[in-house]
Amino acid sequence: MSRPGGDLPAASPPPRPEVRSYYGRPVLKQPVWTDEVPAYFFAGGLAGASASLALGARLTGNDRLARSALTAAAAGVAASLPLLVDDLGRPERFHHMLRVLKPTSPMSVGTWLLLGLGPAAVAAAACDRLGILPRLGRVAEAVAGTLGPAVSTYTAVLVANTAVPVWHEAGRELPMVFAAGAAASAGGAAAVLTPAAAATPARRLAVGAALVELLAAGAMERRLGELAGPYHEGPARRHARLARLCSAGGALLLGTLGRRRPAAVAGGLLTMAGAAFQRFAVHKAGFASAADPRYVVEPQRRRLAADRAADRL
Amino acid sequence: MSAPATPTFGGGYPDGEAGPRLGFFTDTSVCIGCKACEVACKEWNLVPTDGPLALSGSSFDNTLALGADTWRHVAFVEQASPEDGLRWLMSSDVCKHCTSAACMEVCPTGALFRTEFGTVVVQQDVCNGCGYCVPACPFGVIDRREGDGRVFKCTLCYDRLKDGMEPACAKACPTDSIQFGPLDELRARADDRLDTLRQGGVDEARLYLRDQDDGVGGAGAFFLLLDEPEAYGLPPDPVSTTRDLPRLWRAAAVAAGALAAGLAAAFAGSRR
Repeated sequence: MSRPGGDLPAASPPPRPEVRSYYGRPVLKQPVWTDEVPAYFFAGGLAGASASLALGARLTGNDRLARSALTAAAAGVAASLPLLVDDLGRPERFHHMLRVLKPTSPMSVGTWLLLGLGPAAVAAAACDRLGILPRLGRVAEAVAGTLGPAVSTYTAVLVANTAVPVWHEAGRELPMVFAAGAAASAGGAAAVLTPAAAATPARRLAVGAALVELLAAGAMERRLGELAGPYHEGPARRHARLARLCSAGGALLLGTLGRRRPAAVAGGLLTMAGAAFQRFAVHKAGFASAADPRYVVEPQRRRLAADRAADRL
Repeated sequence: MSAPATPTFGGGYPDGEAGPRLGFFTDTSVCIGCKACEVACKEWNLVPTDGPLALSGSSFDNTLALGADTWRHVAFVEQASPEDGLRWLMSSDVCKHCTSAACMEVCPTGALFRTEFGTVVVQQDVCNGCGYCVPACPFGVIDRREGDGRVFKCTLCYDRLKDGMEPACAKACPTDSIQFGPLDELRARADDRLDTLRQGGVDEARLYLRDQDDGVGGAGAFFLLLDEPEAYGLPPDPVSTTRDLPRLWRAAAVAAGALAAGLAAAFAGSRR
């Protein structure tokens, strides 16, 4: 953009009061995504990480844990589909997602990832439960388990790939937050569904992932700096606080008393809740971030000033 | 195509197949705030009402922002200054038809596409209302229509262009504040107009989204403004979010790898 003279901010008092917005109105549109979207982020992450956990259990001969994890994966898939379809403005056109595969659209990439993982996870769980078609079951487990990490993390790219400052500028940490949350929920679910003797890897996964999730979320807020404002007020703050409490409590319970059945159930449910609340916190923060023109204009102003300073050197 | 080679600009058209890129130059220095553009747009495109008739309290602006049912929006900026008393800025805003159009790039159905005129249009028979384009637009232009479920925005009157006519808003503009034509011509005209204003002492005049090296690769609809963009509700340095997408995918790959490594660690020591 060509601009007259070097109007250095704060060098001299500006002739007009500094204009920051048009009647305080937002520059960006509010997302139209309802609570079904973060709920899907949780369910999809649970499905993806559980599928990978099941594959790991099978490869190490822990068939009991594999069964639990496959059950969680199938349940996650089953919950994901209605959430995804119902959030559309035109649910009956869900299949229009299958017209194209676009790497520039994480939603398109995710559609195809889910199309691979979903049927595979359900088939694997069915084969395991019914004791039929063991070879097909193993192939399905391998497909679902391999796609799991991608399904667990693409949703972070989906929200980061927007103009919403609190999402976009967290692009480096968000995938780690979502991956860790997915792993924490998968480990937690398997700890709930599996006798303690067979659940050691699930508990380890849940404890480690819950701690990583706490660290990654903290790192995200630090990197965002002033842009993290939405995490410190309103609904995003409430959800982020609940996420921290649940994740920390769940990790503590599973890590110390996880071999006892009641503690394993409570701890597993808590790490799952922590991951869910974290997704809702991210979702809520996006709305507050898009609503306030300050979050949009000020960083862009600073970027322009830095560019101009660099040009002068 | 007379446009820079950005990854998605061509929209699938081989070089030379599509015509010259068409767009808008909106010269806000001659806008009189008559809103003929808003009305003409609504009439031609059969855009439904923006909501109940009401006064917003924000000067003469009662549509307030672009949206699913407002494809041209006239802003009324009132500024008090010690020297000039009251200054009134009026500006007709519209979809920018970006060279690097985030809405189109994130659309998972291919409903948003690049036309043969270099404009960005929603195919209403394809859109399934996923809503991804809404927070992707750095200008807050596109939105989902209540009760319909699909997204809507300016089409630069795609149907009129196909018949060799100018868009309804440009046709209706009584002061030529909205100018329509091949982008090359509009850019030259805008540069001349900026020179004229600067020589006349209007130092605050500036072109917005004219340069092709900005964060959206320049726009098919660009503006001459008399104050900072944010005074009109426009972002001062918009960036198409997909510019950072390779970095985002890499971060996801690292996280997915960490998840796999964490799983391996959880099973460490387990018997086969």
